[in-house]
Amino acid sequence: MTPFDESAASPGRPPPPGADPWAQTGLALTLLAIDPRGLRGLWLRARTGPVRDRVMAALAPLAPRKLHPGISDEALTGGLDLSATLATGAMQRHAGLLDHAGPLCLSMAERCPPGLAVRLGQALDTRDGLSLIALDEAAEEGEGLPQALSDRLGLFLALDGFSWSETSDITLPRAAIATAQARLGQVACGAELARLTRVAAELGIASLRAPLVALACARAHAAWRGVDTVEEPDLQIAVALTLAHRATRLPEEAPPSEEAPPEPPPDQNESDADSDQTPPDIPDEMLVDAARAALPPGLLAQLQAARMARAAQGQSGAGARRKSLRRGRPMPSRAGKPGAGARVDVIATLRQAAPWQRVRRQMMPGRAEGRLLLMPADIRIRRYQDQTDRVLIFVVDASGSAALARLAEAKGAVELMLAEAYSKRDHVALITFRGSQADLSLPPTRSLVQAKRRLAGLPGGGATPLASALQVALAAAEQARGHGMAPTLALLTDGRGNIALDGQADRAQAGEEAAQLARAIAQRAIPTLVVDTSLRPKPALRTLSDQMGATMIALPRADARTLSQTLGAALGG
Amino acid sequence: MTPFPFAAIVGQDEMKTAMVLTAIDPKIGGVLVFGDRGTGKSTAVRALAALLPPIEAVAGCPCNSARPEDCPDWADITDKTLVTRPTPVVDLPLGVTEDRVTGALDIERALTRGEKAFEAGLLARANRGYLYIDEVNLLEDHIVDLLLDVAQSGENVVEREGLSIRHPARFVLVGSGNPEEGELRPQLLDRFGLSVEVTSPDDIDTRVEVIRRRDAYESDHAAFMTEWGPQDAALRDRILTARAALAQVRTSNVALHDCASVCLALGSDGLRGELTLLRTARALAAYEGATELTRDHIRAAAPMALRHRLRRDPLDEAGSSARVARQLAEVLP
Repeated sequence: MTPFDESAASPGRPPPPGADPWAQTGLALTLLAIDPRGLRGLWLRARTGPVRDRVMAALAPLAPRKLHPGISDEALTGGLDLSATLATGAMQRHAGLLDHAGPLCLSMAERCPPGLAVRLGQALDTRDGLSLIALDEAAEEGEGLPQALSDRLGLFLALDGFSWSETSDITLPRAAIATAQARLGQVACGAELARLTRVAAELGIASLRAPLVALACARAHAAWRGVDTVEEPDLQIAVALTLAHRATRLPEEAPPSEEAPPEPPPDQNESDADSDQTPPDIPDEMLVDAARAALPPGLLAQLQAARMARAAQGQSGAGARRKSLRRGRPMPSRAGKPGAGARVDVIATLRQAAPWQRVRRQMMPGRAEGRLLLMPADIRIRRYQDQTDRVLIFVVDASGSAALARLAEAKGAVELMLAEAYSKRDHVALITFRGSQADLSLPPTRSLVQAKRRLAGLPGGGATPLASALQVALAAAEQARGHGMAPTLALLTDGRGNIALDGQADRAQAGEEAAQLARAIAQRAIPTLVVDTSLRPKPALRTLSDQMGATMIALPRADARTLSQTLGAALGG
Repeated sequence: MTPFPFAAIVGQDEMKTAMVLTAIDPKIGGVLVFGDRGTGKSTAVRALAALLPPIEAVAGCPCNSARPEDCPDWADITDKTLVTRPTPVVDLPLGVTEDRVTGALDIERALTRGEKAFEAGLLARANRGYLYIDEVNLLEDHIVDLLLDVAQSGENVVEREGLSIRHPARFVLVGSGNPEEGELRPQLLDRFGLSVEVTSPDDIDTRVEVIRRRDAYESDHAAFMTEWGPQDAALRDRILTARAALAQVRTSNVALHDCASVCLALGSDGLRGELTLLRTARALAAYEGATELTRDHIRAAAPMALRHRLRRDPLDEAGSSARVARQLAEVLP
């Protein structure tokens, strides 16, 4: 049975919030259909699969236009239609996706480059009637929708918790939607506006776009119920569908700083602290409960982690995309098809066409005199050679043995290299290991202030989970490659690994696992530098370093600057 | 839909003041707005366009020349009458190609008519106006280089594809971004006259008022514009009055001395800091209807004019606003 048949869903009886999550999914889609302009769109977090297909099938009547993260500017905003221009001899343009009203559907949204995200965000802000359905297929923590989009899109649905048997086909009730749309303009919202704003602040949501989309959602829901004023049930739905996923804390809970990564971004910290100091009236229990009901356990922490990781991903800057057809140092042009980011080399194209003009004129007598006769085969496209961004992944041993020896010196060395990375526009990431396992303390970022802060706050002591460190480093390097960056590992350790991957203190197993991972690193040809930070170097680390195919240096007993130069030279600048 | 009215933006006074001051004296050189998402950065920039007094320009000129004789000779202009048009505010999107920024061979004309002609780019369109870069800290490095070059010389030179073209490109840079997502290169930072930091308001009443106005703007656009339009117009008049008064603001040697000592104490690089501080303080004085530049004006202008010019250790954590405030308290008691 589906609650969204025309018959079942009489506008007067909405499903109670939180009662049936799948019904809520259907409701979200209905609201999106009612007010795409106010809600701006939907962030749909789901892997590809039959459950997502059901949702997409329900959205099909809205006829969303597909776009993908690699879409070119021309396809987005329109441009010269070269083939038609050449064929007709007069200028022909083609429209871009943004020129049409109606919803867009962005697949693989987690890979959406920041440039595209910003342009879509601007379009959502300025072009009336545009909305976006972002299909976020993020598999790993730390990936996710760019903030430029997640901040703007009103609704959020996560489908990964649903099994096929819990779901049913959804049919959007078109007639009821049309009725609700007609009513939308009359729905009044008095004091409820202030309540939504207050709840958003209670949930630790800094952005002011959030209460706005929540308001649109409440209005759409009121219109859907067939009433002219926003009331309690509308607010609850709005909180569950538009605010819950943005929450950075729940009011009664301890502040998130305890479970979250050690140092949340300062801004967030401040705003949290500020709103704590000036607590407004009693929190809206009902609404906060709605938020809580909408959040499966653990989702808050998970979203929080993803948000932090994204905030740290300053990586997007220069040349995150590797389109050798677009930028970089020019290379000779070659024959090819324009479009998909390729740019026509006009001079070369004209040069190619020139010798054939007389022949072609004889072959095509109808064409106007004085016009250049071009054939598609004449077209030459430009090519560029592009450099990949480097990401320096520091793997710092903070275990007891290293801390006792030379952790401070190692920190000094990393700081100097950070300063150098800054001037070279490199990205940096920081992995630290001590106790039972290694952590990615800082995902790749250009924000050196964050790197420095994480490093400064790094305590020493505990066992040495070297194998785990190598595992995390390998994963980080692979992920960086996936994003088109060139990873380099810098491992600073004394090499006395004594914790196996499963967290047991088993020196032999730990050594075996470390060796395995080292070979895996060598196999993937990730450039690696090993810095021995122990007081008396042992051959074991030398062996490990050789297995990794790494350059190894002993931490020289010298001032920090000499050290940095040594490191710089070993990394090949 | 007309952009959200500038006068209706709640709070964010420093950002609004900074934008008004650059409108009074474009020589101040633009504003950089850094802050969290959803704090009204882009709203403010889009609203600014409506505040700017219109300019007179040659109708057919691609780079908004003020007089027919200023028009570049490559432009092949047919209509040389003078028209009044709004001050251009040009968006420079991320991921833009170099061709679009500087202009390039007009492919359409080259292909269809076999002519070699120049198609003007964003820099030409932004001449005598504003160039707005959202998420400026994510801008590709090679575009940043190009902007730096043009902002420095005030002229765009294109030497490519057999073209040799130059045209004036004097524009006010306005940028916005979120510092958590990446740093801005110091050279580009230096090109912005003023910089402000915005945070989302933390008291509920302000937040509610923001939402209330935005909601009114979206749900009853016409009524909202009728309410706020006159206030925007009043602000525009005030800007024009201040512009005219700018030259009459007396600047004593003491004021000059104050500017120099603040910059010296902060160790800002070069003399751009002093000049910007002076211009900003003077624009502020004119805006407030004062006839003489006082220490209060300098004190109020210093944070936005100087906070991004401090000699920067990339690893320094101390907030630059705090540093400016500290030095101000010492130097200008």
